[in-house]
Amino acid sequence: MTRFGFVMANLFRRKTRGTLTLLSVVSAFLLFGLLQAVHVLFNAGVDFVGATRVVTQARVSFTSALPLRLLSEITAIPGVSEVMHETWFGGVWQTNTPLTTFATVPEQLHAVYPEWVMPEAEWRAFAATRTGMIVGRQVADQFGWKVGQKIPLASNIYPRKDGSKAWAFDLVGIFDGKDENWQRQTTQEFINYAYFDEENQFGRGNVNIYVEKLKQGADPAAVAHAIDARFENSTDETKTQTEREFNVGFVKQIGDIGLIVRWILSAVFFTLLLVVGNTMAQSVRERIPELAVLKTLGFTDASVLGFVIAEAAAFCILGGLIGLALATGVGALVERKLGGFLPLAVDAGVWATGFAAMVAMSLAVGLLPALRAKRLNIVDALAGR
Amino acid sequence: MSEPMVAVRDVTKVYVRGAQRVEVLHGISLEIPRGDFVALMGPSGSGKTTLLNLIGGLDQPSSGEVEVAGRRIDRLAGNALSHWRSENVGFIFQFYNLMPVLTAADNVELPLLLTRLPAAQRRRNVEIVLQIVGLADRARHRPNELSGGQEQRVAIARAIVSDPQILVCDEPTGDLDRATADEILKLLQTLNREHGKTIVMVTHDPKAAEYAGRTIHLDKGRLVDGAVAA
Amino acid sequence: MWKQCLAITRLNLYSIPRRWSSAIVIVVGLAGVVAVFCALLAMTEGVRTTLRATGQPGNVIVLRAGSSAELNSGLSREAVTLIREAPGLARDAAGHPLASGEIIVVTELLKRGETSGGANVSLRGVDPRAGFALRPQLRIIAGRRFTPGLRELIVGSGLKREFQGAALGQTLRTRGSVWTIVGVFESGDAHDSELWADIDVAQSTFGRTGFSSVLAATDTAPGSLHVFEDHLTSDPRLNVDVQSESDYFDSQTRTFRATIGVVAGVVTFIMGLGAVFAALNTMYAAVAARVREIATLRAIGFAGGAVLVSVMAESLALALVGGVIGVLIAYLLFNGLTVSTLSDNFTQLVFSFRMTPRLVARGLLIALAVGMIGGFLPALRAARLPITTALRAS
Repeated sequence: MTRFGFVMANLFRRKTRGTLTLLSVVSAFLLFGLLQAVHVLFNAGVDFVGATRVVTQARVSFTSALPLRLLSEITAIPGVSEVMHETWFGGVWQTNTPLTTFATVPEQLHAVYPEWVMPEAEWRAFAATRTGMIVGRQVADQFGWKVGQKIPLASNIYPRKDGSKAWAFDLVGIFDGKDENWQRQTTQEFINYAYFDEENQFGRGNVNIYVEKLKQGADPAAVAHAIDARFENSTDETKTQTEREFNVGFVKQIGDIGLIVRWILSAVFFTLLLVVGNTMAQSVRERIPELAVLKTLGFTDASVLGFVIAEAAAFCILGGLIGLALATGVGALVERKLGGFLPLAVDAGVWATGFAAMVAMSLAVGLLPALRAKRLNIVDALAGR
Repeated sequence: MSEPMVAVRDVTKVYVRGAQRVEVLHGISLEIPRGDFVALMGPSGSGKTTLLNLIGGLDQPSSGEVEVAGRRIDRLAGNALSHWRSENVGFIFQFYNLMPVLTAADNVELPLLLTRLPAAQRRRNVEIVLQIVGLADRARHRPNELSGGQEQRVAIARAIVSDPQILVCDEPTGDLDRATADEILKLLQTLNREHGKTIVMVTHDPKAAEYAGRTIHLDKGRLVDGAVAA
Repeated sequence: MWKQCLAITRLNLYSIPRRWSSAIVIVVGLAGVVAVFCALLAMTEGVRTTLRATGQPGNVIVLRAGSSAELNSGLSREAVTLIREAPGLARDAAGHPLASGEIIVVTELLKRGETSGGANVSLRGVDPRAGFALRPQLRIIAGRRFTPGLRELIVGSGLKREFQGAALGQTLRTRGSVWTIVGVFESGDAHDSELWADIDVAQSTFGRTGFSSVLAATDTAPGSLHVFEDHLTSDPRLNVDVQSESDYFDSQTRTFRATIGVVAGVVTFIMGLGAVFAALNTMYAAVAARVREIATLRAIGFAGGAVLVSVMAESLALALVGGVIGVLIAYLLFNGLTVSTLSDNFTQLVFSFRMTPRLVARGLLIALAVGMIGGFLPALRAARLPITTALRAS
């Protein structure tokens, strides 16, 4: 037996109480894991994109169109190395599963986004096949698509020349991300702009956004400013931001998700504090004579305080680990079923925050009972006073 | 002549309960030589338990000196006192006070967690003392699976596992029937005669006191007879 | 039996103050669950009410076929003329068809308190007569309507509240043009998040020749809707969808409501589970603390069933108190709170949290459910206590 063994033995002193307290902690951290992942998904998930690209949209809204002829003018702006454009296709798979599909030029995509990793043969196939389409690994896994398949896709915005909204594409490649962060973003599909523009019924010669890759050492803010200045007071005013700002701006319009998540989690942890705190307080109250005996044996006051804090920590950490593990599992399940739209990842960052929460909670619930244990008077305690 | 195990010099103990001042011990002085088995007797309220607590280092006198095993323990406090207790004193209580969540062997091992002994050595020591008290076959049982007498034996084993010089017992047979009480008292005698432990035992049972070498009587916080002046 | 239950229950409830710290656990736990549940659903309810209110019975909206939102839809001038001349439409006093060809232009405003970023809002170009005649619920609450032919705007009350630069008398710069705000309107629905202008001025200013949609009222004569619809669908020059105005707006927030619904469901479920564990914990402790009392009552002659009911009553009472507190918290903090979010048009929709009696009832039901589950097993244990061992318990 060890001091650790002693602490663990006391944890389930009353089996029902110990188990129920542990389960409360588990539920709280399950919720924490999921909500924190959602929060991260919407907010901090943009950090890894770096500062090598800027995004140009129509000044007022990215839903408005920009003409294709801006391409050459943008490419001429100093500091711009490569340019690509993307147009939202509004892809829908099998009646009502929305997909993130963009029409673009394959060579441009490859040049501006080296983070997408795909065999060169597949890049060439994409460029060579008019009706070609490449999809991210997550999407391919979610639907079980394989290279060589013909994928029927509907567009909820663009009908074809013949009026039908049913399009079909040849899957010629599956791309991965260069690292874990980018891998999580492989939830998109790309089709050939040339085919799209020719085949769709309206909006000829327009794109939604331009994405510019900057030259080495170019200042993103300066380039963005230069691009916007070029088109100011014209019929196609632009708004250019760094890629990160662009992503953040979109999320901000949905609302303050962070605030909602924080409110819910505060309510949850406040209640948890009470539940575990109550258990700890009861547990110590019942054990006053035993704690006094420990002191008679020669354990110092500090040791006794340590035992109680360790017990609180055991609940919080054990329950927290189980809860976060469950959250990771649920998150992975959600990702597998809804990968495209909700790449929920209970990742290292969430675990780190969770761990901090476990420690803070341990102290919060353990401190008062521990102090009580530390300060108890041996003689009074043994006499039952 | 070696110095006494316990020397109490002019000790007074006062408790303050709210507005009340209660003087429980009035200027007690006594000596207990090494290897003695002493019974402390007296009516309730006589201060015998208080005196026992002072000797065991669980409490401090209001005035006077308490010297045990050569140390002025009235001068020790906090961690130093805890440490002294772990090395020098073994406690045996009326209600055993074992940890209900631990097995008998683990209960006995508890004091050894305060030493630097490796786990294997700790286990060995536990086996030895459980043999001495005659409970080697019950090592894996929990207190709620043991009879009162068996629990007290475990408590005694725990009290001697660190090999203290002095055992302090507060009504060790108070909760046991006659036959079991006799067994326990015989065990204490063995520890005293064969292992040289000095034993101070508070009891209100005259038959228990017969197992001791001598008896000290207290009444209303003062020694009645058998006192040895400092 | 009934008197027994009552008697023991009273005893239980009176003894709660002694065990107040464990009782607080149930109360607070349930207050939290119910508050979160009510707040999340108040959001959904708020959005739904705002959107549902948009839409006069008898009004229909015509969009390009397959468009999910006005923003995706585009109708040519010719198409709109054909639509306006179709049979089945109601007419105004002057004999003109009650049909408003409209356009949505996306523009940008800063939310209150922001200095950068900005959010997209809808600028709706409407027919100066029909646009208003079709929407009797819309009233001008300050200033006046825009003058046809001028670059004047009227702003919805929700938009005015949530965004900067949208007050009466201010000028608005957007997309290279300058507009004056001459009035504020209120319609109690999605339009409160919009800027309105004359359709012709909007088209010429923003270089648009087409329309986004046509809003029209069908004639009151029965069957008019079918006549109108059939005429449009059978015309080969037209490729349109016709739906009632309320259906259209209702579908606009389907994704939002579905998402929040799922989130509310998952969060409430997990919190509810946690609350059940907490309640079980408390009730088991409550029973354990009163083992002697309960055993004595049984020894005296009270039935086991009465004990069971009384323990459950205690659990339910505490849960209900918690639930009521949760409802109050949600109400005080959130009811009427105005926020805005992204609608399917990718523009902002302003709405207020709304707590309805039905919502409150569901919240309290959850509290009772948790109280019931949390109380049952401990109650069973209390009822089945072996009397003799319990009487000896410390």
